[in-house]
Amino acid sequence: MINAAKLIGKIRQCILLCVAATLVGCASIPAGAERSPRDPWEPFNRSVFEFNEGLDAYLLKPVVAGYRFVLPEFVRDGIYNFFSNYNDIYTALFNLLQGKPDYAFNDFMRVMVNTTMGLGGLIDLATPGGLDKHKEDWGQTLGVWGVPSGPYVVLPFFGPSNVRDTFGTVADLESDYLFKYVKDVGLRNSITGLRVVNARNTYYEAGDLLDGAAIDKYSFMRDAYIQRRAYQINEGRDDEEPEAPVYENPYQ
Amino acid sequence: MQFEVTKISLNLEKTVGVNMKSFKTISSFIFACLMFVSGAVFAQAPDQSTPPDALIKMVVTEVMATVKADPDIQKGNIPKIVDLVEKKIVPYTDMRRTTEMAMGPNWKKATPEQQAQLTSEFKNLLIRTYSGALSQLRDQTVQFKALRAAPDDKEVVVKTVVLGRGDPVPLDYRLEKTANGWKVYDMNIMGVWLVEAYRNQFSNQISQNGVEGLVKFLQDRNKQLASAKPAN
Repeated sequence: MINAAKLIGKIRQCILLCVAATLVGCASIPAGAERSPRDPWEPFNRSVFEFNEGLDAYLLKPVVAGYRFVLPEFVRDGIYNFFSNYNDIYTALFNLLQGKPDYAFNDFMRVMVNTTMGLGGLIDLATPGGLDKHKEDWGQTLGVWGVPSGPYVVLPFFGPSNVRDTFGTVADLESDYLFKYVKDVGLRNSITGLRVVNARNTYYEAGDLLDGAAIDKYSFMRDAYIQRRAYQINEGRDDEEPEAPVYENPYQ
Repeated sequence: MQFEVTKISLNLEKTVGVNMKSFKTISSFIFACLMFVSGAVFAQAPDQSTPPDALIKMVVTEVMATVKADPDIQKGNIPKIVDLVEKKIVPYTDMRRTTEMAMGPNWKKATPEQQAQLTSEFKNLLIRTYSGALSQLRDQTVQFKALRAAPDDKEVVVKTVVLGRGDPVPLDYRLEKTANGWKVYDMNIMGVWLVEAYRNQFSNQISQNGVEGLVKFLQDRNKQLASAKPAN
């Protein structure tokens, strides 16, 4: 056990060193590119982005490829459903905090149905049964309460974020039962590892698609993240449904 | 269809005059017959008068049925998917407008020839990248939301949700009314508008390498994607 703890400590040191090394060698913005007003820390963000890309290409993606090779699809689906059901508990609470009791009730019913009839969450019976899946977190909840997003930030390991969502992510981790309160360290780390692999697995194909579609992956992901978070925060508010953006059209 | 007939006869009344009542009756009768026959033959094909939500529903339903019935497409047969997209989806889109919107003010800097090149290369890039997603369709279903629009709107957003494995994916289509019926020119995937996501990327590329640089970049990327092996 001591050895394992030491090893984890070593790995942690190593990762921190890598992060520090990449951050010091700040990636430069492509020459002549226009700066986005939402992204004042772009040189820093780009270097963290490069670090994440490397981590994904050399560690996470190969691990997920192995995960897909070893486990049959129905097992992966079960794992996905289990964590999805677990997150629904939080989503229900967040929807209450955001003043959306109808959504919260829907999410609560999902957890009820999937935990009992869905064998502890391994099968998602609620979605085909007409109970829509929602996804909420602390960052969105803060956004609904009116906290501005602040500048765009790319976090090591977690990827695209902003100042508000960085606090949100910390709060998510602090309030997460499986991450924070499971006593057995080995079990806790295994669960966290499985969650990370499961999360990456859900966009295994989408990641390749993005690589092909992007002209500049960094700004593509940034602009998509900024739009998506605004959309998620306005979601479920019928009076404030996100309007389609107005495009400047030179010929009109 | 009834609506179409009345509209045509009203037009006739205006142009030909009220006196030609018999002509009007006969022509609308013939027209009604034609509409009935063509309606029976192309039961599913949308036409110029198809309302935007019905158009999206028809196209999506047909594309999904085709993908689910074709094992080649499910195995990722790119030429077949591209063919499907070209025939069943592209006719209901306005890629020139999509490209123009994504270019923003830079559109004016491009020569007509470059504009045509950009439109076709951007179209190919989108087809290439999204055809991979089409081949992944298995047991997904699509939920069509009620259209919120006034009858005289020239622009509408049709909202759908794709349900299947994993999280539901909101997928919205932005359409514009043109002389040839409603045309899709922008899409929203999980809260992200396609045009919006490309605007900065285009303008960055142009400020670095000019319009010609963007054209070349898209050409190179399309060649690269065409020569790459299918993912699955």
